Amino acid sequence: MHVLKLIFKNAFRHKLRTFLTVVGVTIAILAFGLLRTVISAWYAGVEASSASRLVTRNAVSLVFPLPLSYREKIRQIEGVEGVSYGTWFGGIYIDEKNFFANYAMEPKTYLAMYPEIIIPDDQMAAFVRDRKGAVAGRKLAERFGWKIGDNITLKGTIFPGNWDFVLRGIYTGRDNTVDETAFFFQWDYLNETLKKSGRSWTDQVGWYLIVIKDPNVAADVSLRIDNTFKNSLAETLTETEKAFQLSFIAMTEAIVIAIQLVSFVIIFIIMAVVANTMAMTARERIGEYAVLKTLGFGGLHISGLIFGESMVITMTGGAIGILLTYPVADIFSKTLSAYFPVFNVATETIYMDIAASFLVASVAGVFPAWRAVNIRIADGLRRIG
Amino acid sequence: MSSKPPIVRIRDLSKAYRRGSQILPVLNDISLDIEEGEFMALMGPSGSGKTTLLNLIAGIDRADSGAVIVGGLDITNLSEAELARWRANHVGFIFQFYNLIPVLTAFENVELPLLLSGLSRQERKSHVETALRMVKLSDRIDHYPGQLSGGQQQRVAIARAVVTDPTILVADEPTGDLDRVSAEDILELMERLVHELGKTVIMVTHDPRAANKAHVIKHLDKGVLNARTQTDF
Repeated sequence: MHVLKLIFKNAFRHKLRTFLTVVGVTIAILAFGLLRTVISAWYAGVEASSASRLVTRNAVSLVFPLPLSYREKIRQIEGVEGVSYGTWFGGIYIDEKNFFANYAMEPKTYLAMYPEIIIPDDQMAAFVRDRKGAVAGRKLAERFGWKIGDNITLKGTIFPGNWDFVLRGIYTGRDNTVDETAFFFQWDYLNETLKKSGRSWTDQVGWYLIVIKDPNVAADVSLRIDNTFKNSLAETLTETEKAFQLSFIAMTEAIVIAIQLVSFVIIFIIMAVVANTMAMTARERIGEYAVLKTLGFGGLHISGLIFGESMVITMTGGAIGILLTYPVADIFSKTLSAYFPVFNVATETIYMDIAASFLVASVAGVFPAWRAVNIRIADGLRRIG
Repeated sequence: MSSKPPIVRIRDLSKAYRRGSQILPVLNDISLDIEEGEFMALMGPSGSGKTTLLNLIAGIDRADSGAVIVGGLDITNLSEAELARWRANHVGFIFQFYNLIPVLTAFENVELPLLLSGLSRQERKSHVETALRMVKLSDRIDHYPGQLSGGQQQRVAIARAVVTDPTILVADEPTGDLDRVSAEDILELMERLVHELGKTVIMVTHDPRAANKAHVIKHLDKGVLNARTQTDF
């Protein structure tokens, strides 16, 4: 007979209580893991950013465009390796609830700046050839059942009217951190249509995407670009792609902080639940602990039994919670792909789950262990009978 | 009487409990010798201090003053950790309500005190089987306490008490929760421990029939050892 066996037998002595506590821990760890994954998903764009890419936008706001003529000037700035451009289109597919990101961009250079976006050569060539061509991410195509050659109509919000496209390519991500829900089409198609209808925003772009030669001089290159357009009609603000993405996150920082707080509150609540279970358990067994002390078992043995039991219950719930996190996150990912294009359970999240389970088990065992170790044997024995 | 020095020597032992500001004396200047191989019964009315005296002899409670010397060692000076080790090696306990661990089998319950002994698994097994054979429960080693009668549970408790071959056995109302037949079995078993194995047994009891099995009967009343002592040793 080993002490471990006694710990396991004790842990499952009150089956219903243990079951309910394990279920509680499972749900808490699952919820904690999912909320941490939501936070990771929030930062997915930041994480996927490249240090060698800069974004130049209008210094006033992203909603104001920049002249197309800036392209050549930016290309000539020292440290710049390549320049492309894009415009947020904001189109709706059939219904507003079918949200996905859609951009007009320069077809030859834009996607080439994203080596993490994989698109077959023949599809890329077809996309470049067709003015009305479009490329969609794999998840987006699967979501709406699109196939190559399908006609897709988006209803413009910023640029009113119905915009027809032909799906020429479906891209995939190099790994699971790449957003596979975006929709790209040719900027020329947008520009020519606007020109034909005599509307504004012609020969204007939303932002410039710049690849630099050396990520270490990103700040210098950014400064050079912005200085070039100083005192012009459209002054620029250039920042790293990461800073650009973070500026979006900053707008919703309060939500992220609230989610973080809720995730920690969940851990605190389950800590109280497990502590209550362990306190009840220790109170019921105080006589047995007194017997063990009578037989010569010391404080370390008694605390080991209590902490061990707390660990078994909490880690069982924690392990089930962690195992469930993956399939549940998968369901979330499919359901919320419009809002969280990248929804992956990070390894760090699992480490945090384990750490949280360990913390819960440890804290929950402190008071019962202290009580059991410090009770006088004679008092403990009086509880029996 | 034995020419050896007493296995237990108690000198001027006093103990009081505190309830708020009130001090309740339980034992007053008790002095007592218990010979090796003696079967001693401690009797007295409820609240007379029998169990407290037993607890002090067994090292599970601390006296306010006086000395308890067991096997030549004054246990009143030991730290908690030293006392725990001493108990593991020198004292076997038999309780009124058996106090077996319900999730452990008879074998595992008896094995419990041996986990602190440093014996190998095989050695422990051999000791446990011997102890259970002695209490005639070899056929119940895999039974849980809930599957045993009260008498059988108390026999398992006795096996647990003797498995470490302790210096003294202390029993607190060992027959108090048993029917008459089972109580007789337990008392016979305790007599065998004394006569065949030479164990020293100190038993607290209310039951005159149980006390009559002892060599020596001591009476406690209001924390004082009564002069009335029955000796048959």
